[in-house]
Amino acid sequence: MGVLPYLVAGWVFLTGCYGLATSRNLIHAVGCLSVCQAGTYVLLLAVGYRHDATAPVFSDLKPGSRPVVDPLVQALTLTDVVVGATVTALLLALVVQISKRHGTVDPDELSELRG
Amino acid sequence: MSRRFRLWLVAVGGAGLAALFTAAALDLPAFGGDHHPYGDRAVHASLSRHTANVIASVNFDQRAFDTLGEMTILFAAVIGCGALLRQTRDEHRATPEPQEVARPVRRYALLVLPVALLTGLYVIAHGQLSPGGGFQGGVVAATSLHLLYLGADYRALERVRPVALYETGDAVATSAYVVTGLAALIGGSAFLANTLLPYGTFNTLSSGGTVPLLNAAVGMEVACAVVVLLARFLDQAVEIEEGNGT
Repeated sequence: MGVLPYLVAGWVFLTGCYGLATSRNLIHAVGCLSVCQAGTYVLLLAVGYRHDATAPVFSDLKPGSRPVVDPLVQALTLTDVVVGATVTALLLALVVQISKRHGTVDPDELSELRG
Repeated sequence: MSRRFRLWLVAVGGAGLAALFTAAALDLPAFGGDHHPYGDRAVHASLSRHTANVIASVNFDQRAFDTLGEMTILFAAVIGCGALLRQTRDEHRATPEPQEVARPVRRYALLVLPVALLTGLYVIAHGQLSPGGGFQGGVVAATSLHLLYLGADYRALERVRPVALYETGDAVATSAYVVTGLAALIGGSAFLANTLLPYGTFNTLSSGGTVPLLNAAVGMEVACAVVVLLARFLDQAVEIEEGNGT
């Protein structure tokens, strides 16, 4: 039971990798990359979890009255989400360009070089 | 590489990764354990600087320099998307036709728009007190404007969203973050050190020193960046068409 959340994170990551490798559509591949990244969110939050703890926000909580979960990994997860969103935006922009230049978004058909 | 060979390669690599990952996970501290030395120190530092939301304190005080990098990544992504999705010579711009919108959709969108915008601004403003902050609130505020596209039409959205203004806003907000950091330097401290302003009363809007300022700068940057990014993609979908200038 103690390692289950970590294993879930690895499983989500590998699911995304499988999708990336077998993808027939670049938009689908970008989605799979987001799934890979979701695995890292799960891992980070699992590392920071503490039993019977609450959110590390003290606006309605007396400091020291209850344990709080690790705020550091939550901040890292926030960074992770932001970077993930920018990567997704850039990759989708590249997919738009590829679809215009080559008329396809199937990675298997994009093997030939073109000037 | 044939599909069969590729699948085989993924299976071998995935099995190896799964085995190593499981071995590593078994060696990690148990899930839900009580030993979080860095977390405890972050909470202590945040409370000593009168910031109620520890995550905001980590992002905009203890790791403010990393957040500058994060902001720069977002800024670079906006520039990159602008370069990739610009109008090319063999494309032309078509004026989008107004479309019929179902009455309930229109009513609901126009009703929710001000509420969503206000929620976004609230989440930005209370970033140092309650869950949320510049990143989350900025996205809410930016997407709320796009309810106008759902409820009315694309031209109505373009009227409330002059893209050039938001591009300037994006750059100004990023500069504001750097300037706040430089102000600490001029004040005789380190870059982005939170020593410039008084820490204020705990759990009030003005508490936390420079945290609310940096939080507001990030909120403005994210809101402008999301608006500009969505504008680039919507232009491609709605306005820019292939063809030889017919």
